[in-house]
Amino acid sequence: MLKANTLDRRTFLSATGALVVAIATRAEFAKAASVGGTNGLAKRPPVTPGTLSSYISIEPDGMVVAYYGKVDGGQGLESAIAQLVAEEINVPWERVRIVMGDSALTVNMGGATAGNAIRQAGPIMRQTAAEARRLLIEMASKVLNVPTSDLVATDGVVHSLADPSKRITYAQLIGGRHFDAAVPFTGKAQSLAVKVQAPLKQPSEFKVIGKPMPRRDMPGKVFGTLQQVSDFRLPNMLHARTIRPTTAGAVPVTVDESSIADIPGAKVVRIKDFLAVVAEKEWNAVKAAKALKVTWSPSKPNFPTHEKLYDHMRKATPLARSPERGGGGGEEAAGGHATGSLEEGFKQAARIMQAEYQYPMQSHASMGPACGVADVRDGGATVWTSTQKPYDCAAGIADLLELPPEKVRAVWMFGTGSYARNDQGDAVADAALLSEHLGRPVRVQYMRHEGLAWDPKGPAIITLSRAGLDASGKIIAYEHVSKGFSNNDCSTREARASDTLAGMLTGAPINSQSALGIPGNNYIFDNMNVRWEVVAPLMDRASPLRTTHLRDPFGVPHLFGMESFLDEIAVATQSDPIELRMRYLKSEREHDVIRAAAKQFGWDTRSSPRNTQGSANIVMGRGFAYRQMHDTFVATIAEVKVHRDTGMIEIERMVCAHDCGQIVNPETIKHVIDRQMVWQTGRTLFEEVRFDENMVTSVDWLTYPVIKMPSVPKVIDIVLLDRPGIAFSGAAEHACGPIPAAIGNAVFDATGVRLRRVPFTPERVKAALSKA
Amino acid sequence: MAENLTLNVDGKPHTITIDDPKMPLLYALRDELGFHNPRFGCGLGQCGACTVHIDGQAVRSCVTPVSAVAKRKITTLAGLGTQEKPHKLQTAWIEEQVNQCAYCINGWIMTGAELLARNPHPTDAEIREAFADLICRCGTHNAAVKAVKRAAGMA
Repeated sequence: MLKANTLDRRTFLSATGALVVAIATRAEFAKAASVGGTNGLAKRPPVTPGTLSSYISIEPDGMVVAYYGKVDGGQGLESAIAQLVAEEINVPWERVRIVMGDSALTVNMGGATAGNAIRQAGPIMRQTAAEARRLLIEMASKVLNVPTSDLVATDGVVHSLADPSKRITYAQLIGGRHFDAAVPFTGKAQSLAVKVQAPLKQPSEFKVIGKPMPRRDMPGKVFGTLQQVSDFRLPNMLHARTIRPTTAGAVPVTVDESSIADIPGAKVVRIKDFLAVVAEKEWNAVKAAKALKVTWSPSKPNFPTHEKLYDHMRKATPLARSPERGGGGGEEAAGGHATGSLEEGFKQAARIMQAEYQYPMQSHASMGPACGVADVRDGGATVWTSTQKPYDCAAGIADLLELPPEKVRAVWMFGTGSYARNDQGDAVADAALLSEHLGRPVRVQYMRHEGLAWDPKGPAIITLSRAGLDASGKIIAYEHVSKGFSNNDCSTREARASDTLAGMLTGAPINSQSALGIPGNNYIFDNMNVRWEVVAPLMDRASPLRTTHLRDPFGVPHLFGMESFLDEIAVATQSDPIELRMRYLKSEREHDVIRAAAKQFGWDTRSSPRNTQGSANIVMGRGFAYRQMHDTFVATIAEVKVHRDTGMIEIERMVCAHDCGQIVNPETIKHVIDRQMVWQTGRTLFEEVRFDENMVTSVDWLTYPVIKMPSVPKVIDIVLLDRPGIAFSGAAEHACGPIPAAIGNAVFDATGVRLRRVPFTPERVKAALSKA
Repeated sequence: MAENLTLNVDGKPHTITIDDPKMPLLYALRDELGFHNPRFGCGLGQCGACTVHIDGQAVRSCVTPVSAVAKRKITTLAGLGTQEKPHKLQTAWIEEQVNQCAYCINGWIMTGAELLARNPHPTDAEIREAFADLICRCGTHNAAVKAVKRAAGMA
């Protein structure tokens, strides 16, 4: 409860022009933090991008609370965001608390997307903290009767330089009340940017930014006390399990409720084609989901099967192509990029090479199947979710339940690791649909088979690369086409009913978008054309093979082809693969990061294959790959051991040199890169969604194998290049892109055999070796 | 038929009413007793997210019937140690900043703690062997090995 004495006090600090409205932030925060806050917001000024109170406040005890409109998918962002805020507002790091991703408490910064947690939102958090400090000094100037030029702020206290006895704390100035200053802004959600009066600190002044800081969520995780969304409970809550067909596209015809009659409290809920069971106890819901007898409509999806998928894709007429666009790369592009004349380049070529590479459908395969809790009542809804996009989730649920958008609140909570648009948005929409129908809070958690078979998939992509070389081996024509399923067949932000399974099963219109994108590597070739083509989805409604973003969507599948193909050109021209790339990359930062990787590895300049290992069964090789995205530069070297008899690949060592501009927290960056090296090695060696004509057959960790201890890279060396003063770019996914090609190129170096299809399972490697 | 069952969890007795003796222990811990930590990952014993100790042994609670453990000593991650009195592996885990999302953490720490109890100074190969059948989707494998080594080096 809010205390009466904090409710109606209004203070005008007219001297500063800042209207400060009284409100009990502590009580509000405590409520928000405990149950996500159901209704503690009446007195907080409306959360809008245009007011400072939406970004930052100071509690009566001087604690700074910063409101961050993004979320943490497991990378430990909270520490870095607190560093940015502490740095600019001048309080110790421990005195900054971060509230993340609550659609009612934090400004929409787009949620987690494209590794822009710091790139986009970092400047917002810094600027609003700096503006708060500027205003606090102005307020202090009036109260202390000292000119602002004589005032500094240190550790949450404003004091006079001339007379240190003249001092006042932030808490005394504004604690428990709100900054009411305006914040000029442009854009919205993931394009939101602000521009305040206060200047930002220069890198030479940094005391907190750039320091290794521990993760704040770690103790709660290690001692088993941190509540994740799957641990969240409400009074009177029901447990639900969804029922999915065994043939894709089938819908329920008859449901035999008597088949679960002996399970205490179990009940069937059917809303159009959406089918679920609920029970008071979770185990009874699980049992009922297993026992329920359903007859399904006939459905013949005629999926091409995962074995024949690439034949299907090659033959498919593209639904959409990248728009024609000039320019030489840079950002990952909605359009392709083109320079010069391909036709002319190929006409002059002394030699033409081409190659096709294949990257499979992959599952997010979150460690925990998705979970969401919803409480729909009184014409509104509150949902608890670990989706990366809580604002879109709220909008999507409003659309699904036909509620006014302002009546739906999505509260983000920690959850299973998230690598883009996984199944979280689906589970919470299911929970909302059920809660509305039953008039009680509902918790949905998927079973393992749903987490693999029904999550939105990373699209399968074929890359076709062609190069024309002149007599000296120079690349004078370069053409690349990525042909694949859409990155937006299933929207990356579940902002409409049509973007979730619950919506699709209850009649929402189809909202499949055809777009792929392409990496923005900066190689400059005289005549080049890089583009994409999208093929039609395999099923248009409630498909288990819906495709969407999966970590590093503009990198991984494309770069596998591009960076393997450059290696092939290096082999054909007997060039060192690093030297070859350096010839076509022009910027100093790119050369620096590549040199740093080579130095750390101890790279000796030579061409591949290694050719000195005779007929040994176990052979060693090294491979290089490079990527650039959003001004983050990554150079990766893999060293592998290939067992010719079994086809097994061991990763002996992986080196990653990484430049993402100014580093905020070297501790968490190093860890997030290290973990990416393992994750993407797993995707490269093991992961492929299997499916037959009717349905996905990857339903557990045996049929969708992921990396385990024996296969992780034995040594991972990370070299961080810090760039003080250069804008933070991103680090959450950028190191993934080069890994498939780095491993494939290393296997070639070891064996002279080129791997053109991911995953590099032992069977496939063995088959490739025996063909050679 | 509903029956009462007393479970000894983290040193305390808890009596619950169950209507299915085959219900996995995981659901008793989470749903009946409100524990936050052992998690549902697969329900198939394939991943380890639900691991607890039963009489000191790391066991996957998603495939362990609750009726089989009534007289046994059950320890969860929260009972292994606390912020005030941490297990040495928990201390090492924080010092190594092992996790990303930590959904898998019960499997790794409870398996590692069991290893250290029977083998206080395991080799690198022994640690990797102990962890061979666990899943971590975020890729924290090598960091977990380091944490065990760090804990093993503690007095």
